[in-house]
Amino acid sequence: MELLKVNGLTKKYLTKTVLDNLDFSLEEGKIYGLLGPNASGKTTLMKLIAGVTQPTAGDIVVNGHHIGVMTKQVVSFLPTTNHLPKWMTIGRCLSYYQDFYRDFDLKHATERVELMGLNVSQKITSLSSGMLGRLKVVLAMSRQARLYLLDEPLNGLDSISREKVLQMILESVREESTILISTHIIREIESILDKVILLKNGQIALAGDAEDLRLTRKMSIEELYKEVYENA
Amino acid sequence: MDFDIKIPIYLQIMDRIKKDIISGRLQRGDKMPSVRALASELQVNVNTIQRVYQELEREEVVFTLRGIGSFITEDEEIVQRIKQEMAYEILESFVQGMRELGYDSETTLVALKKHMEVKPEWNY
Repeated sequence: MELLKVNGLTKKYLTKTVLDNLDFSLEEGKIYGLLGPNASGKTTLMKLIAGVTQPTAGDIVVNGHHIGVMTKQVVSFLPTTNHLPKWMTIGRCLSYYQDFYRDFDLKHATERVELMGLNVSQKITSLSSGMLGRLKVVLAMSRQARLYLLDEPLNGLDSISREKVLQMILESVREESTILISTHIIREIESILDKVILLKNGQIALAGDAEDLRLTRKMSIEELYKEVYENA
Repeated sequence: MDFDIKIPIYLQIMDRIKKDIISGRLQRGDKMPSVRALASELQVNVNTIQRVYQELEREEVVFTLRGIGSFITEDEEIVQRIKQEMAYEILESFVQGMRELGYDSETTLVALKKHMEVKPEWNY
């Protein structure tokens, strides 16, 4: 079933067109890779779906609703930036999320904090970028959301942190939920993706089922990615 | 399990399961792990394992009892068939590789025979 539908989505910043008349949909229960180099429009698309910025034209429907309060209740967004107040402890962050989101599972999140080698008494300022990356994923994935938007969840993480983050993402997949992961680091992530969407200059350069693409193109998604962007 | 990311992952997992059946590591009639358990063991997406089970079922290598689970076939003929199919694929790529090196059918056979005599412990 379709969880998200995007129609004629365009986003301009002054005269620069970042997203150019996009049409696509996301199915339930699948993990999507939103791939593309820097400045291809990945973050802008994520922000539009999350409802933190407004489109210039076109519309987005999530779970039958246009972007707004109803969709924010079912969309869990992990931004690339550090969105957590520096003075908070991890424990405080958890209750902060619980206050904000009805679907936040505090018990599960607390367990995961430990599983990730973190401690609830640690302050945000004291966390390394790897630890902060792990915490952000714990917070985003501990909501019982329908759609998870993970913007560059592997950026700046060492290989052990990446592995832990990927494992947590995999464990969180449910039949009725969809995960959209944006990244330009493909190798480690490609074995967990069901489908890929390749963005190029604000348009979809290629979209399809990851396994079918490997079969028909006889190459990995990483190689396909290089092929699509090298001729740019 | 390490994957070759150039080849669809579900095909690689199917191949491994078939090899395990042929070698006897997986016994006829054995219950397969649940989709979730296998996905977590191999660190892949649940949908990938679902596809593996669907395809194996289509090839009659496993069968599913609703609400109970998936089981390995007890039909020896099917096991022999997948063994032959896998052997065929290996032979095909071997023959093709030899052709590329300039061997014809006769010289390939001679080379193969010689190779097997040098390594007598290797039996086909």
